[in-house]
Amino acid sequence: MVTAATSRLEGLRGRAIDPGATTVVLLLLGVAVFLLVGCLQSKNFAQYTIQGIALGSVYGSLALALVLVYRATHVINFAQGELAMFTTYIAYELMLHGFSYWAAFAATLAIAFVLGTVLQVTIIRPVQHRSVIATVIVTVGLFVLIDGVVNWIWGGDLKSMKSPFGNGFFVVGGVAIQHLYVGMVIVVFASAVLVWALFRFTKLGLGMRAAALRPAAASLVGVRVDSMLAIGWGLAAVLGGVAGLMAEPSQFLLTPTFMQPILVYAFAAAVLGGLESPAGALIGGLLIGVMLTLLVGYEPHIGPITITSELQLPFSFVVLLLILLVKPSGLFGRREVRRV
Amino acid sequence: MSAALLELEDVEARYGPVHVLHGISLAVEEGSIVTVLGPNGAGKTTTLRAISGTVRRAGNIRFGGRSLQRVGPDGAARLGIAHVPEGRGTFSELTVSENLRLGAYTRRGSIQPELERVFSYFPWLSERRRQQAGTLSGGEQQMLALARAFVLRPRLLLLDEPSLGLAPVLVAELFRIIRELNEEEGLTVLVVEQNAHLALQAADAGYVLEAGHVVLSGSSADLMADDSVRRSYLGY
Amino acid sequence: MRRQIPALGSLLVVAAVLCILPFVLSDYRIYLAAQVGIFFIAVLGLNILTGYTGQISIGHGAFMAIGGYTTAVMSRDHHTNLVVTMLMAFAICFVVGLLIGLPALRLSGVYLALVTFALAVSVPQIPLQYSSFLGGSGGVQSSKTVSNLWIYTAAWACSAILFVAAWLILRGRIGRAFRAVRDSEIAAVASGVELPVYKTLAFGISAAYAGVAGSLFVLATNGFAQPSEFDVFLSLQILVGAAVAGLGSLWGILVGAAFVGLLPQVSTSVPVIGAEHGRDVVFGAAVILVMLLLPDGFAGLLARLKLGASSAKPQAPGG
Repeated sequence: MVTAATSRLEGLRGRAIDPGATTVVLLLLGVAVFLLVGCLQSKNFAQYTIQGIALGSVYGSLALALVLVYRATHVINFAQGELAMFTTYIAYELMLHGFSYWAAFAATLAIAFVLGTVLQVTIIRPVQHRSVIATVIVTVGLFVLIDGVVNWIWGGDLKSMKSPFGNGFFVVGGVAIQHLYVGMVIVVFASAVLVWALFRFTKLGLGMRAAALRPAAASLVGVRVDSMLAIGWGLAAVLGGVAGLMAEPSQFLLTPTFMQPILVYAFAAAVLGGLESPAGALIGGLLIGVMLTLLVGYEPHIGPITITSELQLPFSFVVLLLILLVKPSGLFGRREVRRV
Repeated sequence: MSAALLELEDVEARYGPVHVLHGISLAVEEGSIVTVLGPNGAGKTTTLRAISGTVRRAGNIRFGGRSLQRVGPDGAARLGIAHVPEGRGTFSELTVSENLRLGAYTRRGSIQPELERVFSYFPWLSERRRQQAGTLSGGEQQMLALARAFVLRPRLLLLDEPSLGLAPVLVAELFRIIRELNEEEGLTVLVVEQNAHLALQAADAGYVLEAGHVVLSGSSADLMADDSVRRSYLGY
Repeated sequence: MRRQIPALGSLLVVAAVLCILPFVLSDYRIYLAAQVGIFFIAVLGLNILTGYTGQISIGHGAFMAIGGYTTAVMSRDHHTNLVVTMLMAFAICFVVGLLIGLPALRLSGVYLALVTFALAVSVPQIPLQYSSFLGGSGGVQSSKTVSNLWIYTAAWACSAILFVAAWLILRGRIGRAFRAVRDSEIAAVASGVELPVYKTLAFGISAAYAGVAGSLFVLATNGFAQPSEFDVFLSLQILVGAAVAGLGSLWGILVGAAFVGLLPQVSTSVPVIGAEHGRDVVFGAAVILVMLLLPDGFAGLLARLKLGASSAKPQAPGG
């Protein structure tokens, strides 16, 4: 009998290791080695890598939110990014009213949770049992609505938000590492670990996992499946909120569109990691972040095309497409059975 | 005469437009084992689903004197009804221990005493605590399902075809445990079974369903002696 | 579309109204009516794809962009006749649609939505990169501008032609194949329908329609093609239009096109919220409400009304 391994890499579900996963782990180790060598060889490479890791952790956080919602409800929330943007504006507003950064941070995440659960109950639940298209359109409508509301309340002009980490940097081996980047990575991973711990060790988390895996069986043991889904959305909104709050300082200025490209990167990251794998989402985010930063930094030529920062989005689109064509279940996902 | 623990009166049930139960009535006394027999498609599984609220139903269902009219599956679990469905309802992706903890989901606080008791009935389970449920054999999963249902010492246990797909030796063991739980712990059991012989031997009373109607009922001794039951379900 | 001829009466009414409108509407209103015509074409195209082969696309704005830029660039550089540029847009987008449709075969449901969304966000970035040829953020100006009346006529003429074309396609073998694909891919394959051919074909056709809409769209904005006009919001509008329309009715598509064509313009006069932002707030809220309340879109509403009204009469199949 195979014993289930419970290492972090298998994420929240304690699945047994399958042979495919060892290939993936080796691949990732190879990438890590490559990056390490590059960093040691070139200071520029190291700068780009570090920046890529920091940005990648933000993409991973949003990807994690997407995966959380998808695992529980098989729905992709196209408005996840805009929701994150909205909560970031709320933090901005709180700070205007005298909240310190971290007080605003905490308050914003609490508000995000409530917002997420309310949205699930009011507009997602009624259409959930219908087609994918219906739910997609509802989240799309939400996307547009939030965009409009933010523009209405705060206007579309650029606003500035104080960075919580200041402008300083560490110097390690001649490479400047901004406090900001370190902070971003720490905050994102801390939140991810907290959410993971919730799922792994608490009764509520167990209930949520059960509701996501087999809703019918879960309700037979007394799990209120509907409530679990709502809480799932709340947690996803929190993770998205973390992504927004951590992304903002790296952009220097706050505008209503700042999460839109990040949503695309997060999609690519989530798919790369496997839409049902939380660990995959984070790792995917890091990979995408590093890949994009390195590309933009070095501007390689691929045939007639030079990859510049304007092409980050189309590039991510191509990556997304390739993954879905070559290995749709991503790095850590199960192969999805085509339902008849 | 005191009211039975579970009473069904003229219960109908349907899946969408298809009516499966056409007004059945049955009663389960506290502390007894009652079995529901009948051919495929008779509505046996649907009866259990009607009780746990997993299917649309109409009619009177009373549990401990209390109507289950507006109670859904999670509500039924909170009232102490443990339903082990067809396919066992175990979570293959979770560990044995997590499955058991889910059985105790409606309980607040520590469930250590309950787990201890479960392990006393299923000692081999305690060694497999961290094993993924899906990697257990069919028989072991069925035992796990039973253990999971029993963790909270439910007032009523609903079992749907527990012998399905199991080797005879395991089935005998399963029913031995069910009888033991019933005798030692006073567990009330309503079991739907294809294996009429085994079911009638274990049960105190039984009902025979055909095409959504109760056609026969009585003590298990009476049923075993009944000609039509013997011909159709017992093979002699 | 119904297998029967859409009631000749409705067609005539619509045609008559369209002929009369230019005489009674102000120039601005003619512009709005032209917008509805443009969205009619795009929504019709998406309807063929999603309604008939069940493939979701949140990226049709990208095809409109390609069509629009084709018109602008050809007109700017070669002074090509505008109608000819529209034909070119149709052809180019058809090919691009086929190219996208091929990988799309391997994707389904949510994944396809993801990819087309990414497409919608990415395509407008391309002109920024190739600013010499494609004008960058400043855009491309065609050499000729046209009046609102010209656009109105062109838009609705194209709508009529493309609607009839769609009807012909959908009632024939291709349409049956499309419907078979939508209803059950497994069954379709089992009965010999070559899935890849038809699914890709549907993509090509719907992209071509969007391309024509895009040409007209650019012409309607003074012949000026700009990345900001083809943002994600445009793709969302088309999708929403198709959802509001529901499946298979002329009136549905008209309502859907009117909904997305007019609502944003109309909502600029929403009092409290104000001009610019009124559009998004009202649009977003309206979309959500429509999805919650009208699950099968307008066509579904019609069908239910008809079923209710004619319960005494023998019911024709389809609905």
